[in-house]
Amino acid sequence: MSEVRTLVIDGKDVAASSDQSILSAARESGIRIPTLCHLEGLSDVGACRLCVVELEGSPKLLPSCTTKVEEGMKVTTTSERLVAYRRNIIELFFVERNHVCSVCVANNNCELQSHARALSLNHFSLPALHPELEVDATHERFVLDQNRCILCTRCVRVCDEIEGAHTWDIRGRGVGSRLVSDLGTPWGSSPTCTSCGKCVQVCPTGALSEKGRSVSEPKARRPYLPYLVKAHGRTG
Amino acid sequence: MSAQQAKPRLATIWLDGCSGCHMSFLDIDERLLDLVGRADLVYGALVDAKEFPEGVDVTLVEGAVGSAEDLRRLLIVRERTRTLVSLGDCAITTNVPGMRNSFGPGPALERAYLQNATLNLQVPKVGLPPLLPESLPVHACVPVDVYITGCPPSADRIFQAISAVLDGRLDEAAPETKFG
Repeated sequence: MSEVRTLVIDGKDVAASSDQSILSAARESGIRIPTLCHLEGLSDVGACRLCVVELEGSPKLLPSCTTKVEEGMKVTTTSERLVAYRRNIIELFFVERNHVCSVCVANNNCELQSHARALSLNHFSLPALHPELEVDATHERFVLDQNRCILCTRCVRVCDEIEGAHTWDIRGRGVGSRLVSDLGTPWGSSPTCTSCGKCVQVCPTGALSEKGRSVSEPKARRPYLPYLVKAHGRTG
Repeated sequence: MSAQQAKPRLATIWLDGCSGCHMSFLDIDERLLDLVGRADLVYGALVDAKEFPEGVDVTLVEGAVGSAEDLRRLLIVRERTRTLVSLGDCAITTNVPGMRNSFGPGPALERAYLQNATLNLQVPKVGLPPLLPESLPVHACVPVDVYITGCPPSADRIFQAISAVLDGRLDEAAPETKFG
């Protein structure tokens, strides 16, 4: 059973339920923590680390999405150190794969792009890896472009937790990790994919897109996802 | 010293890019007249000067560094420029010119001139500088003072940046950043 916990976030006294994450408690109190892999209605995995916060008495930074509130916690969500780490994280996403905003289907509708903007990133100090990556266009309606994937696993989670199909998974480790459908077979021949398109809707970048969509074309806003999330009884 | 000589010297250079940043620069329209009143445009795609001059105050660099010739020119530009501005995504991230980096220059040239051509199949070599193994951002080759993101950066942002740089307010040159 959940109990009430009191903590301090950015100097503000906050009461939260013991099963809540720091992120959820902060948001309820109107404190904004930037997130990328988190999506309201899906489980949290702490994949992107953008939501890291400082906790008094801890030398480590903690992902606020997967850290539960505790009595007496003193949390800081914005500091020079945190902003520096967040900039590093976004830069690492950009240089790890081929994110060419100007010719991307997600241009102007991309969460990676808007985080870079919010953090005033104007160049990258690290050299880009420019890996040679695959594009899977075998599905009748959708495309998977590995060049743009940041491994946030929103698609994996929405497919498993909301649609119940579990078509997507991550194969490999570290920089060699890849999003795969059905143990690495082409998406178009997937026996589990229901072609519902939820993965495409939740993708923060241009990794999953609808066929025929052109560069910078606004993404169709399908309202079904929030309703399904509500029906599923999760609150994030 | 006359007022004419006292004006800051502005230059532009076009490396491995599509000229879109220069087009966007021209899109500042009537403000070009303001600019001409405030600075002398001494070199660039819009000026008939063959050699990059000495003692340039501000140079805007469009494009990635794709060839040995790009690199040679950039090194001269850096040496003769006080404030170097990376203008646009190609200069900053290599953008579209950098898409060949996943494959290397050989396969990229083959694709363009052999596989996709129907007549006179040959990779042009005469009078052309060799491609570098990788297309590089400008700041990977020389120090850069100001970055103006965008593909292309809007005319307003270019004008704001040039105005700020000419006034020596480098921090205020490009407050907005956005790739793409």
